[in-house]
Amino acid sequence: MVGCMEQLYNELQMRFPVTGVTRQRENLAFMYITPQHAVSLITHLRDICGFSHLVLMTCVDWIEEEQFQVTYLLHNYTDHTDLGIKILIPRELPVMDSIHHLWEQARTYQRELHEMFGLDFPGSPGMEEPFILEGWQGPPVMRRDFDTKKYSDETYSHRPREIHEPEQHMQQQMYPED
Amino acid sequence: MENMYPKIVDGKAVYDLDSQKYLKMWQGPQHPGVTGNMSLELDICGDQIINCKTHVGYLHRGFEKLMERRRYINCFPIVCRICVPEPDTNEYLFATAVEELLGIEIPERAKWLRLINLELSRLASFLMWIGGQSGAFGMGTVAQWSLAHRDYVLDLFEELTGARIYHMYMLPGGVRGDIPAGWIDHTHSVLNGVERLLGEIKHVMLHNAVFKMRAVGLGIVNADMIDRFGVVGPVARGSGVARDVRKDNPYLVYDQLDFEIETESAGDAYARTLVRWREMHQSISLIRQALQKMPVQGEYYIPLPNVLHLKIPAGETYVRAESTRGEYGYYMVSDGSAYPRKVTVRGPSYSHAVALLEHLAVGVNIADTHGLMLSLHTYPPEIER
Repeated sequence: MVGCMEQLYNELQMRFPVTGVTRQRENLAFMYITPQHAVSLITHLRDICGFSHLVLMTCVDWIEEEQFQVTYLLHNYTDHTDLGIKILIPRELPVMDSIHHLWEQARTYQRELHEMFGLDFPGSPGMEEPFILEGWQGPPVMRRDFDTKKYSDETYSHRPREIHEPEQHMQQQMYPED
Repeated sequence: MENMYPKIVDGKAVYDLDSQKYLKMWQGPQHPGVTGNMSLELDICGDQIINCKTHVGYLHRGFEKLMERRRYINCFPIVCRICVPEPDTNEYLFATAVEELLGIEIPERAKWLRLINLELSRLASFLMWIGGQSGAFGMGTVAQWSLAHRDYVLDLFEELTGARIYHMYMLPGGVRGDIPAGWIDHTHSVLNGVERLLGEIKHVMLHNAVFKMRAVGLGIVNADMIDRFGVVGPVARGSGVARDVRKDNPYLVYDQLDFEIETESAGDAYARTLVRWREMHQSISLIRQALQKMPVQGEYYIPLPNVLHLKIPAGETYVRAESTRGEYGYYMVSDGSAYPRKVTVRGPSYSHAVALLEHLAVGVNIADTHGLMLSLHTYPPEIER
């Protein structure tokens, strides 16, 4: 299995500008690719290398570096290996190529990422429709600069809370004359 | 004649809802038949669905965002709430991801205790599902039987972990407690009861003419749809694709236990019911084997330094386990601080309940929608973590 993965890296490095290969386990590795080569790499992995299962699509907000990291995790059912494809895109212009033509469920992931991180996938169907946050007007919520505590303090009125110390409270309830 | 069929625009049928031939109907989110809080926007012609659109978001609590603001150990009360009927898979995966990034190995006995806990939760989740599946086809009695037996399994959890639903039993480093006195005998008697129930369910439900007539041919998933829609778990196995994370990527001590992947070839709701019914037998057998093979004594927890100040080295990983619906996974990114940078939960319902359901629902009678949803065994909280 290890030899298999080694052979795969060599082959991919010859064909695509992949960088920063890190091996987490013997059957799980992550690598970076440039945004313009991402879809051709993923298509190559799906059609030629047997990574036929899109496990998940997600995004990590590296706000300090002003970048979003889009991660595609692919699984190969033949030798049971996983490959994480990472793409760094600028936070000011978060646009990625869509992969809805490769897997049906990618459409759902892309709709969610659009809503939660404000990523744009031009051409992906149903992009503008709300997915989870129907009627939400504010900024994309999963970005790290969206502070949920601050938002709720500003949006909702404060509800004062009555606090009773259990011991005193019971004493007042049961023996008010003491 | 030209009005008989809807107009095709951009390859999709456009239905004129004012023509009085079609009706738009909402099913859910409060409908007893749908699986949890999600709703279906159905276009129907007569009583046949011609278009289906799923709507989620009634249950969104922002777990992934909440986790970014909490220390690793404080995330445990959150992760188990992502899937109510089967919370242990979430606990196990979160704990395993933390252990892998920390580079620690848990004791042997903890692995067996985790496996027993995971299989018990699979059994409880299947018992709840069989109640839903039979109830959707009008057999409420089976639902009452199976939910009663699920309660006995919850009693076992209460004895072992102190909680019935949200156990928070598996923590980084092992499990929280050892088996209490008398628990193993109690477990065997509960398992015998469930096994007897499964025999009765076979006669009452699987051989029932009404159930067969409604479930056979409903929601057929072909083998070529498996990869295209990301189908996993019993839905894939019901279509003859033998994929099981416990066999393919063995975790814990599954490689030391004897079991086979259960498959059926028809790919319809009835085949999926048969696969799950056999997997309940499989879970019972796995728990019995584990109780017999596990080491009698030994450490079940390795002490960690103060977990509230636990800092995890920068890195990322993905761990997966087989839940009752299929592959369940956690993708965790750490930036070296005491808080997770990003945790993404991959629930099998994410692909099953949206893309696959919208595809399968077309052409189904509206009375069979619930049976179809339950045969996919979807839990909406996994979609809107």
